[in-house]
Amino acid sequence: MSVTLVFMAVLMGMVAFWLLRHTINVRPWAAESRGNLINSNIQLPATKIALGVFMAVVASLFSLFISAYSIRMSLADWRPMPEPDLLWVNTGILVLASVALQWAWNAANKGRMEIVKRAMSIAGALTVAFVLGQYLAWEQLIATGYFMTANPANAFFFLLTGLHALHLFGGLVAWYRTSARLWRGVGETAEIAKIRLNVELCAVYWHFLLVIWLILFSLMLNT
Amino acid sequence: MVQAAHDATSFVAPLEVEEEELYHAKTFIGKYIWSQDAKVIAIQYAVTAIAIGLVALVLSVIMRLQLGFPDTFDFITPSNYLQFVTMHGMIMVIYLLTALFLGGFGNYLIPLMCGARDMVFPYVNMVSYWVYLAAVLLLVASFFVPGGPTGAGWTLYPPQAISPGTPGADAGIIMMLVSLALFIVGFTMGGLNYVVTVLQARTRGMTLMRLPLTIWGIFMATVLALLAFPALFVSAIMMTLDRLLGTSFFMPAMVSMGEQTAYDGGSPILFQHLFWFFGHPEVYIVALPAFGIVSDLLATHARKCIFGYRMMVWAIVAIGALSFVVWAHHMYVSGMNPYFGFFFATTTLIIAVPTAIKVYNWVLTLWRGNIRLTVPMLFAIGFIFTFINGGLTGLFLGNVTVDLPLSDTYFVVAHFHMVMAVSPILVVFGAIYHWYPKITGRMLNDTLGKAHFWITFIGTYTIYYPMHYLGFEGLPRRYYAYGDTAFMSDSAQALNSFITVAACIVAVAQILFIWNLISSLRNGKPSGPNPWEATTLEWQTPDTPPKHGNFGENLPLVYRWAYDYSVPGAVEDFIPQNVPPEDVPTARTDDPTAAPAEGQPA
Ligand code: HEM
Ligand SMILES: [Cu+2]
Repeated sequence: MSVTLVFMAVLMGMVAFWLLRHTINVRPWAAESRGNLINSNIQLPATKIALGVFMAVVASLFSLFISAYSIRMSLADWRPMPEPDLLWVNTGILVLASVALQWAWNAANKGRMEIVKRAMSIAGALTVAFVLGQYLAWEQLIATGYFMTANPANAFFFLLTGLHALHLFGGLVAWYRTSARLWRGVGETAEIAKIRLNVELCAVYWHFLLVIWLILFSLMLNT
Repeated sequence: MVQAAHDATSFVAPLEVEEEELYHAKTFIGKYIWSQDAKVIAIQYAVTAIAIGLVALVLSVIMRLQLGFPDTFDFITPSNYLQFVTMHGMIMVIYLLTALFLGGFGNYLIPLMCGARDMVFPYVNMVSYWVYLAAVLLLVASFFVPGGPTGAGWTLYPPQAISPGTPGADAGIIMMLVSLALFIVGFTMGGLNYVVTVLQARTRGMTLMRLPLTIWGIFMATVLALLAFPALFVSAIMMTLDRLLGTSFFMPAMVSMGEQTAYDGGSPILFQHLFWFFGHPEVYIVALPAFGIVSDLLATHARKCIFGYRMMVWAIVAIGALSFVVWAHHMYVSGMNPYFGFFFATTTLIIAVPTAIKVYNWVLTLWRGNIRLTVPMLFAIGFIFTFINGGLTGLFLGNVTVDLPLSDTYFVVAHFHMVMAVSPILVVFGAIYHWYPKITGRMLNDTLGKAHFWITFIGTYTIYYPMHYLGFEGLPRRYYAYGDTAFMSDSAQALNSFITVAACIVAVAQILFIWNLISSLRNGKPSGPNPWEATTLEWQTPDTPPKHGNFGENLPLVYRWAYDYSVPGAVEDFIPQNVPPEDVPTARTDDPTAAPAEGQPA
């Protein structure tokens, strides 16, 4: 459980530090005169904060899986699992998807919506390709007789890749809604700002899932 | 007073963050069924949670009947008993308390107390409730499948939870696990809302340090839940796979019913780690909202500012952070390395420090307060007593050497009922008596409320106090019947019967409460907007009950914290949060600009 413990310690440390910074030099009992009122909210769009919180939850989920993985790995019956080479290809594809979204984000910042469109479609296609690739890797394993019950490493492999793909599916829903917005029409500035925000959120989420995948993949290589 | 906030708008620059558009429902269904209004969602959550909670209450009475009068009731078989224990525990902890505090009170109070029009993602909020309802229905359905619900204990330890011979090892356990997973998904949707609303949608002037402690408690509990529930999710998924696909995450090689099973090499201890990594924070998920709410009840009904507000906030944060590093105190008997035991005993005892600070501050808030013994106040004071009791036995059990003989006895049952069952429930009652007037516009009946309080309070003591003695004698927990044992004194059975009688009385007395809730909807005395003369924003709404959008035309502006009670110099003994110092009527008319709040004792 040490992975989780460290992760939680860092996270709770961050929460506590942030809260302390905002609460330490305050005299809560003092009333404010009219005219001095401040808005002390976090000045970010709600969706951005929500994505941050959601990523913390997902990170907690995967750190727990990683803890479980390492505990289970130390037990006697653990045997290494044959990793399909396809996984390397898939990893490359996911990296490219992340790059494409970064490209879209940069273009959106510059207001070049045509490029955003192109980058978004490429990112979507690459992501679908990644998920299909993962599925093929599953098929290969199953064909060689390595399904979940064959050995605990396999069980974790299917479980973790499956969950990771599920999170990508969730991302694809957001990707679809952003794209729909993008193609529906870019005209008003308010609409452009919204699209820019959504593209940014997608990009951040993809980078996050990429990092998670890299961690999971390196774990699986280390069986 | 209320208008004062409105005409002050001109002084303030516009919001940097654009205001969310409110969703306006037109049909009845859109308003009350598929509602996106946090207040309606709150009531849906609360009604569902209380309904399923009553089921759990009935289950506990059935268990008590069996324990108090063994060999009397034919319809309680040993398997049934285990199923009732399990369902009772699981429902009470998760489907009642967690859902009621966060889904119920969280939804109702966060937007109102922060000065927001609604949660930031109303649609997601609505889906959250319906997923919760699905989880509850699935749980209820498991009573009716062949084999019945799972009887593995609310801790669901493998291998026994999914091995043949355990009640509900076929369908019941799977429905339980899926229901839990659904609950977690639903909660996460709601939880994102609660956190983001508190962080981003507070009204102008509502700084973090002006938030009522209720919001702090609910906020921190939500953070804990968001991070801890994944542990339950992980264990639920892995156990489902063990059961359905035959993987061996948790299942060791074993012989079951005379045959070698297909499982091999899994680790039941791994499950215990995951479960308690969720399980201990869960205690604080139900305790922190209770802490917060009780602080506000005490301040309001004692007409005093809460003692040590900043300490209270930091204690909540500290307890929340520490609650992630104590989980293995539930596993002292699992054969762990003594150094681990030492580590976890130490962290467990450290967490008592911020907790004790809170208790002292509550008592000091009461000290020389102008105490009004209203029904909410009675429940709040009852909470302090009960919580101290349960907390003290917790210090015993936190020590490895004391825990070993007491583990799995009725001492533990007594401890956790005191600290995490009765205490939060008392706060739930107090909070309902306190906020019912805002929710419905009518007061609850006072006499019924007082009767309800005294029967419940004294009743729970008669139930749980004797259990400590039974635990000392070694009476084991989760047993259907004890038979003849050498170590139990003969009078133990008499004590058991006594407890059962008390439990029945307490259970029946809850009818007073339910009846009060229902009949006061019609017959309750109209409450007016602010019957308790409280300072927080939910009492300053233009309409009672608050309409969609909460605050009418303009959002309130907040000039002060929530604890300006009995401020020296002010005419009234409370100053609402949205009243600027300039508008406070003071006794001395010659100096109307003097800010009375500055004279507040720190
Ligand atoms: C009138 C109120 C209540 C009564 C009479 C009652 C009674 C009982 C009884 C008889 C048991 C089984 C003990 C055993 O055989 O081991 C039990 C277990 C339990 N109760 Fe309660 N209870 C009440 C309220 C609550 C509440 C409000 C909670 C909320 C946290 C709660 C949480 C639990 C838990 C977690 C267990 C352990 C279940 C298990 O061992 O798996 N109870 N209760
Ligand atoms: Cu604990």
